[in-house]
Amino acid sequence: MGNNGNIAIRCQGVTKTYGSGDAAVRALRGIDLEVQAGELMMLVGPSGCGKTTLISVIAGILDHDGGDCHVFDNDFTAMGARERVQYRGKNIGFVFQAFNLLPPLTAAENVAVPLLVNGVKRRAALDRARECLDRVGLKGREHSLPAQLSGGQQQRVAIARALVHEPKLIVCDEPTSALDHSTGHKVMELLRDVAVGRDRALVIVTHDARIFEFADRIAKMDDGHIEKVVDSHAEL
Amino acid sequence: MNFVAIKMLMGDRAKYLGIVTGLTFASLLITQQAAIFVGVMQRTYGLITDIGQPDIWVMDPRVQYVDDPKPVNTTELYRVRGIPGVEWAVPMFRNMIRARLRTGAFQQCLVVGIDDATLVGGPAQMTEGRLADLRRNEGVIINVAGATTRLATPGPDGKSVPLRVGDSLEINDHRAIVVGLCETTRTFQSQPVVYTTFSRAMSFAPFERKLMNYVLVKAQPGVDQLELCRRIREHTDLSAYTRDEFKWISMVYYLKYTGIPLNFGIAVVLGFIVGAAIAGQTFHNFTQDNLRYFGALKAMGATTGMLLRMILLQSLTVGAIGYGLGVGAASVIGALAKDTELSFFMPWQLLLISAGTVLLICMFAATISMVKVIRLEPAIVFKS
Repeated sequence: MGNNGNIAIRCQGVTKTYGSGDAAVRALRGIDLEVQAGELMMLVGPSGCGKTTLISVIAGILDHDGGDCHVFDNDFTAMGARERVQYRGKNIGFVFQAFNLLPPLTAAENVAVPLLVNGVKRRAALDRARECLDRVGLKGREHSLPAQLSGGQQQRVAIARALVHEPKLIVCDEPTSALDHSTGHKVMELLRDVAVGRDRALVIVTHDARIFEFADRIAKMDDGHIEKVVDSHAEL
Repeated sequence: MNFVAIKMLMGDRAKYLGIVTGLTFASLLITQQAAIFVGVMQRTYGLITDIGQPDIWVMDPRVQYVDDPKPVNTTELYRVRGIPGVEWAVPMFRNMIRARLRTGAFQQCLVVGIDDATLVGGPAQMTEGRLADLRRNEGVIINVAGATTRLATPGPDGKSVPLRVGDSLEINDHRAIVVGLCETTRTFQSQPVVYTTFSRAMSFAPFERKLMNYVLVKAQPGVDQLELCRRIREHTDLSAYTRDEFKWISMVYYLKYTGIPLNFGIAVVLGFIVGAAIAGQTFHNFTQDNLRYFGALKAMGATTGMLLRMILLQSLTVGAIGYGLGVGAASVIGALAKDTELSFFMPWQLLLISAGTVLLICMFAATISMVKVIRLEPAIVFKS
């Protein structure tokens, strides 16, 4: 699926340094990046190159030190703490490497969490969560606990959770690294099918070269920089 | 998000049970020890509580508590009776006298001599015989606890035979016949209580010039009791206290001059510390284990306030369960101890204090966890 010309994410000269003095680590050294709405962008690169830091800045869960970062024309640094949390709750979906599903909650309850956070009533939230689980192929597993699901199924639940509140941006951190090749492939197919939409952007941080083929564009990072942005993994 | 909080709490069964156990233990120890303490303190003024009719107790100014009677000249009785506002005033004798049992053994008894004419000051609850039987020759009424324990004698089969109505004993070389049995609040030292008439009590007592210890006074209807106490003090050289004042003075004496509050206080504080340590540590571990989930919730848009409310709810839930189990267990102990030497009294105020203490422990445990969550950066969710 291609982009529709609207810019979802615009980063210009974004910097981020952890610590200070001799112990300072410059994680981002002036990132310039644009992601279009409707686009699946992958951030790739070696460990410690700043991918996770950049995705955290984009998702509004980490403050950057310098430069500008706009998500659908919104600047997190211009928002108050409460406004930023609310914006994140309504507009950003997360898929984590370790799934981060709450163990005592059923699949449906886990999926319903973003809706509950946004103040949707429990019954309505669970209804929508069940629909979403259906979309990711987990009909009939609504009452299963995470421990009763395979890794691939847990990641599907996590994807449903990232989608349930119809966010504009979905950020995924190594979504296939805990899965075998075949399951990872299926998860990526699912992400492409259900998560990428005309008005929604998808940013995926990954090491896994086997899933590069699913990207619309790939940004290769190294040492806190965007080294190059390519349209096909063959160009990497 | 409330159901998410509760499911998170109960989902980790081991920690949940650990926290509840800690709070139950704390609640049990605090409530049970405090109830025994209150029961012991109640015994310090048992005699005052058991005598319901008089409003005011008049005594020698040197009396420090009810078990510390000082002799008062009997002429003071007539002076008190003449004070405006006094409905009636009767004498009371109260002292320890040695009794000799039929086995030849001796036992110190608390002898209470009450007004011959009115029998005011007698036991409120008779289990056998009548109060009026005290007017029979050599008659005494014994409390059941005393008759069945310290005044009981071994029978032919070696079993303990309680003192019964019709039995006799010697009190300071004077014959006394048991004409009734009564229920009283156990005394502080748990000696048998022997009720008799004032005149007979004086004959039992070793010879002294003054044998009256207290004057029991009833105020006329509508007369302010505190004002009447003031008047009695003014017209005599004696002290006069309302029932509640005298109860309080007696209790304060024991609080001030014995190690009882300290001993029980240590047990209660220990219960608090142990409960707080177990519950606080386990709750902290529980939060620590769930930190990445709290981080994920934060990333997904949960406000810090929302997460703090979840922690508060979790903490209050385990607090309520632990408190209920602890107080329930303390009540069972109290019920089992009802007819034993153990003093146990659990008024509603004690339940409130116990609830407040458990709440404090919960707040302490929750605060430690809340600090963690407040400081939590949502970006930790991307750290594998």
